[in-house]
Amino acid sequence: MEQIATKTEIFNQLQQEILRLQGLSKPTTGSAIRTGLGPVEAACPGGVFPMAAVHEFLSYQKEHAAATNGFISGILGRLMLSGGSCLWIGNKRTIFPAAMKIFGLEPDRIIFLDLEREKDVLWATEEALKCEGLAAVVSELSELSFTESRRLQLAVEQSHVTGFIHRYYPRKENTVACVSRWRILPLASEMDSNLPGIGFPRWNVELRKIKNGRPGTWQFEWSDTGFRHLSTAIPVAISQKVSQTG
Amino acid sequence: MQSRYLVIWFPHLLTDRFAIRQPELRSVPFVLIAPVRGRMVIQAACPRAERQGVFTGMVAADARAICPELRVLHHKPEVGEKLLKALALWCIRYTPVASVDQPDGLVLDISGCTHLWGGERAYLEDLLSKLSAGGYNTRAAIADTIGAAWAACRYGACSMIIEPGRQMETLLSLPPAALRLEQPTLQRMHKLGMHEIRSFIQMSRSVLRRRFGDLLLTRLNQALGAEKEIISPVCPPQPFEERLPCLDPIRTAAGIEIALQKLLQGLCSRLEKESKGLRSCMLRYYRIDGKILQLGIGTSRASRNPEHLFKLLKLKIPEIEPDLGIELFVLEAPIVEPLSAEQEALWNMGSSSNNVAVAQLLDKLMMKLGGSVIRRYLPAEHYWPERSIQPATSLQDKPTTNWRSDLPRPIHLLRQPAPIQVTVPIPDYPPMNFIYEGTLHKVRKADGPERIEREWWIDTSLHRDYYCVEDEDGLRYWLFRLGHYDEGEPKWFIHGFFA
Repeated sequence: MEQIATKTEIFNQLQQEILRLQGLSKPTTGSAIRTGLGPVEAACPGGVFPMAAVHEFLSYQKEHAAATNGFISGILGRLMLSGGSCLWIGNKRTIFPAAMKIFGLEPDRIIFLDLEREKDVLWATEEALKCEGLAAVVSELSELSFTESRRLQLAVEQSHVTGFIHRYYPRKENTVACVSRWRILPLASEMDSNLPGIGFPRWNVELRKIKNGRPGTWQFEWSDTGFRHLSTAIPVAISQKVSQTG
Repeated sequence: MQSRYLVIWFPHLLTDRFAIRQPELRSVPFVLIAPVRGRMVIQAACPRAERQGVFTGMVAADARAICPELRVLHHKPEVGEKLLKALALWCIRYTPVASVDQPDGLVLDISGCTHLWGGERAYLEDLLSKLSAGGYNTRAAIADTIGAAWAACRYGACSMIIEPGRQMETLLSLPPAALRLEQPTLQRMHKLGMHEIRSFIQMSRSVLRRRFGDLLLTRLNQALGAEKEIISPVCPPQPFEERLPCLDPIRTAAGIEIALQKLLQGLCSRLEKESKGLRSCMLRYYRIDGKILQLGIGTSRASRNPEHLFKLLKLKIPEIEPDLGIELFVLEAPIVEPLSAEQEALWNMGSSSNNVAVAQLLDKLMMKLGGSVIRRYLPAEHYWPERSIQPATSLQDKPTTNWRSDLPRPIHLLRQPAPIQVTVPIPDYPPMNFIYEGTLHKVRKADGPERIEREWWIDTSLHRDYYCVEDEDGLRYWLFRLGHYDEGEPKWFIHGFFA
């Protein structure tokens, strides 16, 4: 019995060691921020949403891109609670700042960078991720190679900034060095007690990949108080446009 | 500190210049003429000519009749301006703030300068003796205000130095013209018998304004010191400037970097001593082939951090063309802002949004990508969606009004609303289905309408009735109908996507 206990201890130690080598240091208890994504956080390594890491989001449709940006805004709102500003970098910006207030963000604390070339977006993202003064960086890139993503990951390991890469219609879902890969799809909303009209936004949150965590699919609603996990599953409409042209 | 002004009047500025250039003119009467409406009119007359009764404004032919030995010379209009500017620049040895008072005077701000000459009288005598040795006829006066000095200089009889606070006594006995008034006002005063300032200075202000206009009151206030008068110095002081002459011409990038670091160290330590930070910085370099080139950087907030400024300038080094070599670098900070040491310390430690690290990052991005790409938005008090946000002008701008979260607004807003085809029951129901970019969406749930009028004071056109709709796949859209049904077939548009 004692032998087994020591074995688990050694095993845990080794796992921590590996995490440290991968640049995913375990956050100290004080610095962890509750995103409100209960079961998702539980699936992440250490039971906290990975900060100081780069997350990758994929979307293939305009409506899905909007849902993804809504979901990112919801997380950003929590990250920016303790102050700091956020840089939102993109080349075809569609975000309407006035709507971000709904997701618990102060839109005037977000600095938008509207660039023309994808190359500049990548350069600006890397520079921004190196800056310790920022709370988070959101970058709307479509193509990201493994080498480039590795550079971004190395930058955040130094600066402890959280990065979100939103890839709209990437040519290929290539392997990247990001800590996670997400896919957010909108779900039909529901009003309480069957009233007519549109309710709070609901999303199907698919965590496709997570380093040292357990991937899974959950459904969330953005209510007045933040993310709310939906326990009863709603069927997801299969999108016609999920194409893999390579 | 008590302000003191010196006004110098050159009664014969143009003729003096001719007399200095051509000494033979000193012994003969001469005038300068220029054509006015087809007649040759005298623009300036020398003192000798004036003694014989020839004055400015006369026709040259009349003057010749009065004074047969008169020499007539041609006048070029821009000469006077240039000459005054040159004289003002010469006066910088007496005070740093010298300005031109068109058409024939100079105004010097001599506050705190006179003690170097041992008092105002010695200062004035030194200045005037130098000018008259150069051949100029001058009159000058020192007073607390430009207005009083101007009046005393041109119309005053006695002392040329008005003691502090004694403008009123000086003005009383002078004619109204001493107040720099317009000709019609002066004529009206003359008709009314107001030959001295004392005859109207005690009148009530409202009466004076009604009869003679605002300018009179302004001039009176300026002369008495109740209103500040601003002068524009010929040589604006550039307080933050650093020069680095090089023994050997510099041609390499490494050399330029060392030069920049030296200049920045000097400039930043001076800024630190005076609790200032720079917002823009110009580097001028003098090449040995005689060309002077310059480049500039700007920062999004006041900074005096040499490392940060060096990083910004370093991005510009490839643009420098040393050619045969650079012999002199001049670094100046035309725009500086107050920046206290505590403020700087606060930014470095706190994680507030006013973070110096963020400002430095933005500077770097701006240098590489241009300033127009960085945008931040503040709420504006408009319902019209496109006008409900306004770009912030600086990093420190705070919203003047709250962001609204009570109205549904889409997270993605199209730059231009896109037309859609709809099937819609009238009168004002949401659409049953719509086609956007070739895809049919069947509407399952809808909210609305929310009518948003174009603010009539901004533009007048049709209003929009907005609907939030959700299709069968759970995708949410923001649609609107432009205008009423009774004005023909209204058009439908999609304007955004909800999260």
